[in-house]
This record gives sequence, C-alpha cells and structure tokens, in this order.
Amino acid sequence: MDSVVATGISKVFRLHENRPDSMKERIVHLGRNKKRDFQALQPMDLTISGGQTLGILGHNGSGKSTLLKVISGILRPTTGQVQLRGRIASLLELGAGFHPELTGRENVYINAAFLGISRKEIERRFDAIVDFAELSTFIDEPVKHYSSGMYVRLGFAVAINLDPDILLVDEVLAVGDEVFQQKCLDRVRQFQQEGRTIVVVTHAADVVRQVCQRAIVLDHGALIADSTPSDAIRVFREHLHGNLVDVGVDDTGSPLRIPKVAVHGGPSGDSKVLRPGDPLQLEVSFVATQTVEQPVLTVSIVSLSGQTVYEIDFDLIAQGVGPLSGEGTVRVPFTSVPLLDGRYSVTARISDRHDAGLSAMRMTRDGFSIDNPGVAHGVVALDVGGLSRT
Amino acid sequence: MTTTGGPSAELRIISARRSIPNHLREIWAFRELLGSLIRKELKVRYKNSALGFVWSMVQPVFLLVIYGVAFSILGQGFRDFPVWLMSGLVVWTLVNTTLVTSVQAITINATLVGKVNFPRAVLPLATLGSALVHFCLQFTTFFGVLLIARHHVDVAYLWLLPLAIIALSLFLAALVLVLSIFNVFARDTQHLLELALIAFFWALPIIYEYQRVTKWLTARHIPTWLPLLNPITSIIITFQRALYGSASVGTRLLLPDTSAWWYLRNIGIIAGVSLVLLALALRFFDRNEGNLAEMI
Repeated sequence: MDSVVATGISKVFRLHENRPDSMKERIVHLGRNKKRDFQALQPMDLTISGGQTLGILGHNGSGKSTLLKVISGILRPTTGQVQLRGRIASLLELGAGFHPELTGRENVYINAAFLGISRKEIERRFDAIVDFAELSTFIDEPVKHYSSGMYVRLGFAVAINLDPDILLVDEVLAVGDEVFQQKCLDRVRQFQQEGRTIVVVTHAADVVRQVCQRAIVLDHGALIADSTPSDAIRVFREHLHGNLVDVGVDDTGSPLRIPKVAVHGGPSGDSKVLRPGDPLQLEVSFVATQTVEQPVLTVSIVSLSGQTVYEIDFDLIAQGVGPLSGEGTVRVPFTSVPLLDGRYSVTARISDRHDAGLSAMRMTRDGFSIDNPGVAHGVVALDVGGLSRT
Repeated sequence: MTTTGGPSAELRIISARRSIPNHLREIWAFRELLGSLIRKELKVRYKNSALGFVWSMVQPVFLLVIYGVAFSILGQGFRDFPVWLMSGLVVWTLVNTTLVTSVQAITINATLVGKVNFPRAVLPLATLGSALVHFCLQFTTFFGVLLIARHHVDVAYLWLLPLAIIALSLFLAALVLVLSIFNVFARDTQHLLELALIAFFWALPIIYEYQRVTKWLTARHIPTWLPLLNPITSIIITFQRALYGSASVGTRLLLPDTSAWWYLRNIGIIAGVSLVLLALALRFFDRNEGNLAEMI
C-alpha cells in the first residue's frame, strides 16, 4: 500500500521585494510594493510505497526541503494534494517547541502532543524515550539546564519512539556525538527492516547510496530524476557541475598564464563524472609571452573537504615537453583514477625552476566527480579479489 | 508495519484548502495538545512561585479591598461601587488577557510552526483557554467573597452568566484566530492592539454605568441600542446585573430595568453573530495557514 501519494503538487511563494515587516512600511509602500511569485516547487507527482526508503537529492535552494515540508503538511501545496497513510514523524523538529522552564518530562508530553500523540500512549513509551536519550538522571530538570546535545537527543528520542509509519529525515543525522549518530543510523536501519517508510533529504550522496532504495533529484523546484540511487546520484552530480563556476586567479597581463584546465574523463573521454578506476585526462592550456626555460607543472587533486588526494610535480624538460613559449596545451593522462565517491577540484600550476617570479596557477573547482556504483565507501577504490575460506 | 490506534489508522489529505468541518475535526483531534498548552501556560506562569495559582485568586480580593478603601476616601461612585467595578473588571480582564496573549500566539512559536505540522489554530485557541481558566479562578474567588460578605446577588439573572461566557468565548475565538494571523503579516498588530485596548476599555460601561450612556443618547435622539452593538458591553452588563444584584441605586438607574429575557436575547444575538464570525475567521485562518511556515 502506498504511504504517500502526491498528485500535481506545486508550491508558489509570494515574495515581496523588501518585504514590509511593519505596518509603516506596508503603508509607505502601498500600491508600489512589488510582488513576485516564486515557484518553489514545479507541479509534480510523487508516490512513495509503504516500506520504501526514498532519498531526495538537490543542492541548496533546489526545493528539497520545501518538498519535505509539503509532504509533512508543515506547508500546504498551492495546487494538488498529498495523501498520507499512517502516522508521520519527522526529524526536522528536534527539540522544537521545548519550553526552557519546563522539565524534560513535561516537555516530552508537550512535544508528543504536538505530534498528535495521546497522553496515554506517551506514558506507555516514556521509559523507552528516556532510555534512548540517555537522560534518566536529568529528566526532571528544566531543559534550560540541558546541553545542546542533550536537547537534540531528547527531541530525537521522542520522534523516533513514537512508532511512526512514515519517518522524514532532513539532514539531521549530523547532530550529536558520533556514538549517538551511530545509534540514530542503527535506528533508521531498524525502521527499514520493520517495513516503515522513510524519506531522507540530503545532499550527501553516500548517505543516499547507503540507506535508500530509490532517489529523486530536484533542481530549481523541478523533479529531474526519479530512479535508483546510483542513477539519481549521477544526475545530481552532473547538475552540480553545470552550476559550479570555474574559479581562477586574475592573471591578465602576466607573462605566463593558464587560461583553462580542461578535464576529460571516463572511457570515452567526454565526461566529468567517472566510475572508480576510469581514465582521466587533464589539458592545461598555457599562454607564455616569455619563454619558460625550466618549466615545472604541478597538478593537485583536492577533495571537497579540502584534503589533497594527489599532488605531483612534473619536470617538463625531463618529460620531453620542453620549454614553454607561445600558446599551447600540456596533456596529463591518468590511466586510472582509483577514488571513491566525491567531488574533486583540479589545480594546475606552472613555474620556472630558476625564475621564481615566473609562474601561473589555475584552480578548477569544477574538476570531476566519482560516482561509485559499488557498496564500498571511503576515499580509495582498492582492488579486491574473490573471498575464500580455508 | 506496526499499527496503532488514533491518528495513524486514517488517511490524511493535505491540500491548499479544507472545509470548515474538516478544519474543526483536525483541531478536535489535537484537543490533547490544546489541554497540554493550557496547562503549560499556567505552569510556566507560576513556575518558581510558592503560592502558584493562588496568586490568580488573590488578585480580585486585593482589588476589591483597594477599590473599597480608595472610593470610600474619594467618596466617588455609588453604594458598593467596588462590587460594581469588579463585576465588569473580571470580564474585562478575560477579554484583555486573551487578546494580548493571543496576538503573539503564532509569532512567538515561530520555530514550532516552521518545523512541526499541527493545526495552527490550536495556538491562539490555547491562549483563550488559559485566559478562561484564569477567569474561572478569579470569578470563583470574587463570587466567594460576595457570598461571604453577604452581598445581595440576583439569582434571577445568575443563570445567564455561563451562557454569557460561552457567547463571549465564541466571539473571542473568532477574534484571536484573525489577530494571530494579522500579527504574522505585520508585527505592529500587537502594538496597535495595546493602544486599541486602552481606548476600548473606556468604551465599555465598567467605570461608568450603562444608563449614563443611554441617557446621553436619548437626549440627542440617537437610538439607545447602539452601544449594544459592542458584544462585550452586553456581556458586561449581564455580569453587573447579576452580581451587583440590582438595576438601580435608590432612584438612580444603573442598568436597563428589564427582565432576564432581555439579557438572554442579547446574549443569543451575540452567540449567533459570533458563530458566523467564527466560521469566517476559520476560513481566513485556513487560507493563510499553509504559508505560515514560510512567512514567519
């Protein structure tokens, strides 16, 4: 049976240019206050069957949180309707609505009431909640004395112990310490095994690959992909590339420039989204108005988190490229890039071994990304053979 | 899948608009939340105070004593003037606290509204609820003092009071739904309201008596039912008629010298009009509810 059936849902926000917050502004701007409609969600249909774990991918502003809010009823769709079967709990609301003056116990009851749970039911689950939140000694303290971690733990414990049929998760697995995070992830897995429906909103592709059976991608409020996690992640990556701007240094007028670093990846050499182990060719264009006698080309590959995955200096004389003058391109072929999921920037720097003043650099933030179809995660794609037992 | 009773069993539909019965049904489904919020508000108000809700009960007694002393020195008003004053003031306090707290009911809970789905109407209605609880405490104390002091209460009108409060609650419910939304649009609503309430207080026959107004109107050939257009006025004079216990002091007429039926008719009209207003208010609330999470 389907848990969520959304038909023709869309969401339009009315934006006020310099939105008047006070009546004075409202009166002052009366008549010439520009209103603009913003289509946060394009009309779409979405059906989530019971027991399915769906990932919603999209970059910031793509409408993924709006979609989640429409599904949960926090926002109502401008057109269309959402049919929900079963109790819905969302991990958007961790600790929202806790009153600082009231004790943990009192807040649990109120929090549950906001989720539409009866007092009787919450009494039955109270001990489980306190256990899960690891707050037994503090439960009768006012929550204003809680640390932020305790706050979130209690909120999570309430949401997850209320026996929801549909669980909505919005980037919240990044809260609390690692042990608690693991506990939350375990609980999400347990929910899956129990056949509950889960909707995860994230821009972390590997979370989607790890927990989801299906994923959709949103871009500018439109549904652009609805398929398996792997395919959806590929679409998501490709769109990200389209949206990123090439960042370089302003080096106009300098005797040595790198106007462009082109990335050609994959077996066909025309993709920026690679599988682990695919070949990759970099083409570093240069413009040298002054001859670089002893050129050194440095190439570094840096992950999104800033970790340098690979860096190498090529002595272009020793490599047989020779001194650089005029315009040209230096090609750097990597026969294999054994990396796992992630997005990587490519930086190329050319300098003269004997003339420190002569150098140029370009960083291509929009380098390439790896889309790993396998189950492994981490940084490096190690080759592994078949297992055996003795 | 684990099945549980209550809301989990049913199919819920979320769309841009819903009918008034559906809206009411949803609010009803969250009645426990309404109760919790009322309890919470009272709990928070008296947190860390030794006497707790007794403070609510002390206030009317204290006011009675102060007014008694003040007016006996000033020599103003008429016989048992503090009782007259209090009869109007208990109603006024209810109106005043309800409106002042409810106007912020949604804006103050911005994080909740942005993150949790529940019928938002519960928030302003809960402030009305806690003001009503507060009113009950104050009224009971006030009434107790009247009995102890052997003040003559007019039993023939006393039965009107619960009806009057029901009618007033309907009227206030409509008001709080609209005001709480207005304040999301423009935060000035709460400041404007404060000023409006000060003016409104003097538009009500609390410090002065109702007959003074009618006399003034008759002298100018203006219809005397005009002040009754203000529903709060009708509620207040009902309380005064019952609790002060008579329509006149000596030969001086304070209130219309009419039977309970006249009062009942007024209350009935208010209840009827308020029901219509409430329906409109629910509709207005519903039309705006779906965007609150974004506007707040």
